[in-house]
Amino acid sequence: MPRISLTVDGSPVSGDVDVRATLLDALRERFDVTTPKKGCDHGQCGACTVLLDGRRHLTCLSLAVAHDGAEVVTAAGLGEGDELHPVAQAFLDHDGLQCGYCTPGQVCSAVGMLAEADGTPSHATDDLEAETELTDEEIRERMSGNLCRCGAYPGILAAIKEVAR
Amino acid sequence: MSDDLRIKEIGMERSRVEGALKVTGRAPYAMEHGAGHGVQEPLHAFLVGSTVSRGRVLAVHADEVRGSEDVVAVLDHTNAPRLADTDDEEYAVLQDDEVHFRGQVVALVLATTSEAAREGARRVRVEYAAEPGEHVFDEDSEGDEPEKLNAGLPPSGSTGEPDLALASATHVLDETYRTPYMHNNPMEPHATTALWDLGPDGAELRCFDSTQAAHSVRSTLARLFGIEAGRVHVEASHVGGGFGSKGLPHAHNVVAVLAARSQPGRWVRLAVTRQQMFALTGYRTATISRFRLGAGPDGVLGVISHDVVEQTSRCKEFAEQTVAPTRHVYAAPNRRTSTRLVRLDVAVPSWMRAPGEMPGSFAQEAAMDELADLVGLDPIELRRRNEPEADPETGKSFGDRRLLECFDRGAERFGWSERGPARSRLEGDWYVGLGTAASVYPAYTQPGNQARVLAEPGGYRVEIGAVDIGTGARTVLRQIAADALDVDLDAIDLRLGSSDLPIASVAGGSSGTSSWGWAIVAASRTFRAQHGTSPEPGDESVAGPPKKPVDEDYALHSFGAQFVEARVNRFTGEVRVPRMLGVFSVGRVVNPKLARSQLVGGMTMGLSTALFEESWRDPRFGHVVTDDLATYHVATHADVRDIEAAWLDESDHRANPMGLRGIGEIGITGAGAAVASAVTNATGVRQRSIPVTPDKALGWE
Repeated sequence: MPRISLTVDGSPVSGDVDVRATLLDALRERFDVTTPKKGCDHGQCGACTVLLDGRRHLTCLSLAVAHDGAEVVTAAGLGEGDELHPVAQAFLDHDGLQCGYCTPGQVCSAVGMLAEADGTPSHATDDLEAETELTDEEIRERMSGNLCRCGAYPGILAAIKEVAR
Repeated sequence: MSDDLRIKEIGMERSRVEGALKVTGRAPYAMEHGAGHGVQEPLHAFLVGSTVSRGRVLAVHADEVRGSEDVVAVLDHTNAPRLADTDDEEYAVLQDDEVHFRGQVVALVLATTSEAAREGARRVRVEYAAEPGEHVFDEDSEGDEPEKLNAGLPPSGSTGEPDLALASATHVLDETYRTPYMHNNPMEPHATTALWDLGPDGAELRCFDSTQAAHSVRSTLARLFGIEAGRVHVEASHVGGGFGSKGLPHAHNVVAVLAARSQPGRWVRLAVTRQQMFALTGYRTATISRFRLGAGPDGVLGVISHDVVEQTSRCKEFAEQTVAPTRHVYAAPNRRTSTRLVRLDVAVPSWMRAPGEMPGSFAQEAAMDELADLVGLDPIELRRRNEPEADPETGKSFGDRRLLECFDRGAERFGWSERGPARSRLEGDWYVGLGTAASVYPAYTQPGNQARVLAEPGGYRVEIGAVDIGTGARTVLRQIAADALDVDLDAIDLRLGSSDLPIASVAGGSSGTSSWGWAIVAASRTFRAQHGTSPEPGDESVAGPPKKPVDEDYALHSFGAQFVEARVNRFTGEVRVPRMLGVFSVGRVVNPKLARSQLVGGMTMGLSTALFEESWRDPRFGHVVTDDLATYHVATHADVRDIEAAWLDESDHRANPMGLRGIGEIGITGAGAAVASAVTNATGVRQRSIPVTPDKALGWE
């Protein structure tokens, strides 16, 4: 089995992984990093979202062996020490969660989305030439890869708006 | 009843106790217990599902798989451990060669890695003697009347002379309303991590399970495996949603323990895949409701008649109580309900959020909306004219019935007076309409709950074997305990999520907070009676509510009114819901912050069922073809715009000492009918089924 090394939430990890192992399964089963969740295993729900080399990424859709040397940040690695990341704190404040299973993916996706919103238009953008403004519509569109079955969407929107402000 | 319970923490906005763990992904779910929890080098299990819907397994060819690297065992009906009780066909997994539905577990591969288990399962070859199965039903299917519906309700009932009343009514509505197959789809797939531990004193079974009811998983597994319940330990510290599908154990619970039983001393992890969930973990039956309403010239109902056809699995009966809401919402001297159940060679249906109440209230509310049109009345005015003085079914007084107040408050807040005639408002390319419907859900309290109060230095530990599936139980029970013991919130260490804690009923039927909270109040009172207000650390009391907790002289229900603005694109039929408001009467609200999430969450699932959700069953093979989240559509961020939940300021002293009635399910009831009502108002095309897809919205069906 090939050996890979990753940096996960600032700590180096390495080990042998099955060539068939997804990055998600390698994290969860090989390296005991269970922050990213497995909701569908097919890139349909977003629960496995992490920041991979700074961009949001569905770990269930990529093979672990393809990411040797990558830097992975999960929801557990966003904050400084015991301090929650502002996005995570805003989720808590606005009750943008219930069962919590989609939450780490939502939080990572929100952090990645805020960094991406640098003028790049989305499906919800009317004027492709103008500077993109992070309206409610833009946030909803850009977060729609992350499903929440409990229906915490309004709280999540409020949380992201507070941080984006 | 609530006179002597302090109300200080109850009613306060509090953030989720476990919120920080969840936003950082540190809360452990059933598959996530590792060495830190004593789970060393677990084996991974992967299920093999039947590819026929009816017949027998002739042979399971797995020798090659057994010889593969990393594969530890392959179990099928010839070599799996025997169960002590095989009466329940859903649970009698791998016990005989019979196949009852497509997707049924016919084998399982155990391996040291999940990749090897999955690959092994793919390579197991199963030979069948297939028989033709029946997989579909319609309004003409014969079926039969079940003995009882879910929740123990009678399948049918009749009062007065419904047929005579229909013959003499001025306005007669006779239409059929439909709801599709739906799947619960909690975000966390069902999973069990199990250990069959051979200790010196006999076997002990340990499970980390994704369940709404740790105690019922314990008692079910104890019975099936023939061991004492005290030797079964089920932990469910965090559960990624359930919506009913984790309310009862399902086949995967049994098969995970069969696997563990076959490898004593080794932990086994089994997660059902998203696709397998569509066959193994329950779903809501499709329903066909024929509604006949007869009204006088003023719209006053003389008769309500509701005949339902629905289906169950031939191997296990589950009869959705679709007629239930028809018995309690509107007055009429002549009434009839009936249920016909068609038995098919399909997966076993089970609880899904507001079983019966959700599809039944869709039918009834859509029918009332249509009758309002027929009579020429505003839909709210029609409901006002048919408000009962007592529960139509039992004749008992309603403990608290404020449905009309919900409608009136909601109408004012939503701007209901702006609603015009059907198809009268076109804005750009969008038809715009407003709709409304009533919500209703019974106030259940489950018997048999117990709680423990234990004095510790500087505070109290309060324990109950309940489960927080995302409802906020950890947080609100702590608030209730603080008031029950008359101490600060900080003095309460609330523990739940294990069958080793005092017995607790299911997180279902919107009964958790009422049932568990009452047990905590009772245990706190017993504690104070036994140990006073200055107890020694170590003093403890265990107690539960009185045996017959609910005031049986009254009909206890929650009510609500939902309002929807729908916009329908006149060219594509795309339906958008920019605004949704629910006003609810649910008794006292323990924590407004978390209650809002529960009610909005229910409404969101209601919106989702109204516009998207539909499981497509292949009529030839009997399985769901839309078996993932790309093809079974649920509402996303972009679909959910302005959803607001409000409630009346009240306390129901007849329900329980806290004065609450439960909030987990009422939000989904009535939501679909309110959307259908709004789309009908927008386009002028009457909507009698959900989901309201673009073809239906514009009448192209």
